[in-house]
Amino acid sequence: MDSDQNGRRKFLKNAAMLAGAVVGSMREAAAQSTKKGETEIPIPGPPYVIPPYGERSRFVNSKRVGEFAPLQDFMGIITPAALHYTVDHGSPIADIDPAQHRLLIHGLVERPLIFTVDEVKRFPSVSRIHFLQCAGSSYLPLGDREKAVTVQETHGKTSCSEWTGVPLSVLLQEAGVKKEGTWLVAEGAEWKKHSISIPMAKALDDALVVYGQNGEPIRREQGFPLRLLAPGWEGVRNVKYLRRIKVVDRPYMTKWESTVYTNLRMDGKARWFQFELEPNSVITYPSGGQKLPASGFYQISGLAWSGGGAVRKVEVSTDGGRNWKEAQLQQPILPKAHTRFRFDWNWNGEEVVLLSRCTDDMGEVQPTKAEVEKLWNVKPGYWLSTTNRIQHFNACQPWKITPEGSVHNAIWEA
Amino acid sequence: MQFGKLSALAAVFLAACASSRAQSPKYNLGRTPTDEEIRAWDISVGPEGKELPPGSGNAVAGAKIYAEKCALCHGPTATEGKFLHGVLVGGKESLTTLEPMKTIGSYWPYATTIFDFVRRAMPFNNPGSLTADEVYSLTAFLLYRNDIIEEPTVIDAMTLPKVRMPNRDGFFPANPVWKPGYYQPYFSPQLEPRKKKQ
Repeated sequence: MDSDQNGRRKFLKNAAMLAGAVVGSMREAAAQSTKKGETEIPIPGPPYVIPPYGERSRFVNSKRVGEFAPLQDFMGIITPAALHYTVDHGSPIADIDPAQHRLLIHGLVERPLIFTVDEVKRFPSVSRIHFLQCAGSSYLPLGDREKAVTVQETHGKTSCSEWTGVPLSVLLQEAGVKKEGTWLVAEGAEWKKHSISIPMAKALDDALVVYGQNGEPIRREQGFPLRLLAPGWEGVRNVKYLRRIKVVDRPYMTKWESTVYTNLRMDGKARWFQFELEPNSVITYPSGGQKLPASGFYQISGLAWSGGGAVRKVEVSTDGGRNWKEAQLQQPILPKAHTRFRFDWNWNGEEVVLLSRCTDDMGEVQPTKAEVEKLWNVKPGYWLSTTNRIQHFNACQPWKITPEGSVHNAIWEA
Repeated sequence: MQFGKLSALAAVFLAACASSRAQSPKYNLGRTPTDEEIRAWDISVGPEGKELPPGSGNAVAGAKIYAEKCALCHGPTATEGKFLHGVLVGGKESLTTLEPMKTIGSYWPYATTIFDFVRRAMPFNNPGSLTADEVYSLTAFLLYRNDIIEEPTVIDAMTLPKVRMPNRDGFFPANPVWKPGYYQPYFSPQLEPRKKKQ
């Protein structure tokens, strides 16, 4: 055993020396080569020694800004865990030792149970691709609302991952839900113990207790070591650092569901428990803050999703919403997941307004801003004159391209 | 024949429904928590207030604790918080204006929510540190400042769930519910069966 370990150490040491020598000589070679013009095949920079946990190229600098994910840089449908949006309601992000973490299920159950994280992982597991989205995405506080330029600022509170975990129904069955157990309250282990109610029907339908995200343990900012996933529902219901599930007989009216995540109308009445996120889409290229170098061919690309199911179709308008044409959808097209759409387009160099519109597989259609105004019974000027914070704002996002090729957020125009 | 097929299907469906709530554990993982463990962990307080702990407080005591532990962020009279959800008092008649103030007095539908949230999440720099008496006192103070109770009123496990908030009926649907195959269109008052549209 000892000699084996010694041998291994020796090997590693030799390998490191060898790598060092190679890097050194290649650096010399790189330094000797002089620039002889464009025809020369460029010599790659100094060799990169991969660290045990890989990192991206030093030439790539896509990043979150605050809580907002850089949608303009996303490719395909999976959000890298390192770029996933976060919302923490002012609670510091918890740094939990999984060996110390427990999940308690109690309340209206036959057998209260407490699980270690390792025990949760021993249950039969599933992996599913689902988006998450903050219910307040696309509607910033007044003052920021009119200043939003990029798609990161307008739609940056949505992301999509492959999640791995155990169906919540399996855990609930172990505890044995009593007949009167029609709701549950989920709670996190972070400082402020975020807490919210979930109807039992959703818990038994497709909710998961997840520990994996895109092939590795979920990140701290996504709730390491355990998080509740309520597919298709407002992000606030997907409780991070999940530590407790209490089966109850009514919604528990926590602060978040009974006050903050509600939609107050001008008549003074408010919609609450809005759960499911409506059909939504946004063009990520070209999008706000970008510049088209010249007229000619561009492939418009973006993301579409719906909390009600899979995306049936995405239409793109290149004339401000007068005419719509169907975009190509990239497989896989999964329920309650981001779906990538693409639309080939030749820009003639004139001012244009681009929009996208999602229809989900139940036929629900993403509204234009004018249609949202009709729903809310407000005039177009409402949005920039009210401090009211609304949720589930999913109007089609217009991007205006000027003759110079610069792309602007035109959602609040007219 | 056709009917036979249907009833067979119905039987399978009913069996599936029954088994979804089957009562026997299948994997036998985890352990039974002690009653003490559950009591220590369970900080949820529902609208009926069943879980409210022993203890009590009134607005006079609450005012002192508020000044010491809350005023720094929420302001001396709880009307000055400059951050989101920071204003706790006032906002009457504001909900139909362009600047609605969603305070405890003008917006919050349940008094038990104040106890639940303050105990779990406040004060900001040391959540979970308040005693039951302190949380009752602060709850009483916030209710009093919003003209919902009188200053000497004692708030405890019996009285708190009975406090009726001014905006109790401001939300719809009155009884939130969800079931598979149904959805609630944006401002529709109730669930509707999900039908495929062309």
